[in-house]
Amino acid sequence: MNATRNLASHLLAQAQALDPGHHHMLHPAAPQAGHIEWLYWFTFWILFAVFVLMIAAVTRAGAKNRVVASSPFPITEKDEEGDRRAGWAVGAAIGITVITLFIILVLSVITGKRVEGLTSKNPVTIQITGHQWWWEVTYPNPQADQTVTTANEIHVPVGTPVVVLTNSKDVIHSFWAPNITGKRDLLPGYSSAFWFQIDQPGMYHGQCAEFCGLQHAHMGFSIIAESVDDFQVWKQQQLKAAADPSSSEAIRGREVFLTHACLMCHTIRGTDAGSRLGPDLTHVASRNMIAAETLPNTAGALAGWVIDPQRIKPGTQMSPNPLAPDDLQAVVAYLQSLH
Amino acid sequence: MIHHNLQLAILLVATAVLASCSREDRILRQPPSANQTLNTIQISGLNPGANLIPTPPSSNMYEESAYGVSEGQKLFEAYNCVGCHAHGGGGIGPPLMDRNWIYGSEPGNIFATIMQGRPNGMPSFRNRIPEYQAWEIAAYVRSMAGLLPKGVSPNRTDQMNIKPAESSMPEQVPTGITGVPEKRK
Repeated sequence: MNATRNLASHLLAQAQALDPGHHHMLHPAAPQAGHIEWLYWFTFWILFAVFVLMIAAVTRAGAKNRVVASSPFPITEKDEEGDRRAGWAVGAAIGITVITLFIILVLSVITGKRVEGLTSKNPVTIQITGHQWWWEVTYPNPQADQTVTTANEIHVPVGTPVVVLTNSKDVIHSFWAPNITGKRDLLPGYSSAFWFQIDQPGMYHGQCAEFCGLQHAHMGFSIIAESVDDFQVWKQQQLKAAADPSSSEAIRGREVFLTHACLMCHTIRGTDAGSRLGPDLTHVASRNMIAAETLPNTAGALAGWVIDPQRIKPGTQMSPNPLAPDDLQAVVAYLQSLH
Repeated sequence: MIHHNLQLAILLVATAVLASCSREDRILRQPPSANQTLNTIQISGLNPGANLIPTPPSSNMYEESAYGVSEGQKLFEAYNCVGCHAHGGGGIGPPLMDRNWIYGSEPGNIFATIMQGRPNGMPSFRNRIPEYQAWEIAAYVRSMAGLLPKGVSPNRTDQMNIKPAESSMPEQVPTGITGVPEKRK
């Protein structure tokens, strides 16, 4: 009995973990995704009707002209009347097909226009840069000290248009959050822009949708849509430089961070680490996940990631860091203090 | 019948030839650091006391892999070697694509230069970058001077290429007025 209940709760947890609601184009949370969903269902029902008609026609033809086993070639004489009727039927079918495809084409173009069109004077602007294999997220501001830089987690205010400027550092990536809008390729050296607006608060998952190398499948991101006030609180927190660590272990961790390979690639604002090859770690403890939505942001996952990232994501740009055990503990304690 | 035998023979030969097509492995997970060469590389014959300093290894495994060399090319830019050496032509630092080597052109010499630093500006990268990355950069530096076979040219990166790899180009001569030493007569 107990085992059954355990199994049931386990299955329930599995079903919740697999809940497609946060990564599904048929659960739109934004007007753009709504337009795309409408086009999807329109096309689906047209194709469903075509499928049913085709199966019915084939079944009818098969039932009517049953071939008798003794005469494998029943057509022996010319049937002009039948040929004429068949010609009309084929012509009509081609005509209906062309008209249907044309309607779908026109609706696709209209949906594309509705997804693209932006009318807002005060959007939130976000610069998203694709890297192998993570997303750099910047909230640009003419004042450099008002610019927020983070990675893989995109906070946006609900009900506000968001303009996304895209670019890529290395190869072509594609930004795709199915609940929000369609895909947008990030091309190296080519800036482009698109917009979205999220109406329902929540956390939505996204994924790179253009094969970009070894760890393409582990290049996820999340969009966190929150109220305007919560967004401002988050932004003010992100603008701050990293807090000085308080515990002795975290202070030692900062020392380790600044004297090993970490600072060759990462930035922690407020310290000497200022390289932009890897994600900005100034507020890494405020994120839910690490390694582009691959691992939960826990002490164990952080330690495993720091010491041997090539085991978790083979080919990732981060090099292994064979630190002594107490150095590793200290670095993890420091990273966890960066709220 | 003869025709069929000929076809079969061609098929067998083609299969045998195909089997020899192999690309070198990409070493994604580097060997643990304990197995790597020590930081201490001997650059002169003088030895203080009885402590023997290990001599540089005569070969660099990353020179035999196009992936290793192209990783070196990427790191050469990422770690801002280009800031002083440009893309081989030199500037604040000496050019790397000519035949003049102040501290030696062997893989071990270049590795030691990166790890230990050199007077007049070359910083030490010891404990800043993993040793295997210094070996990859050393492999790329040698490819710039045309010291590697063309088969491991670093243009087989994941990015688009706008020019052939350095090791596939004719010998380059640094030009300009950026403090480049005169080419020896």
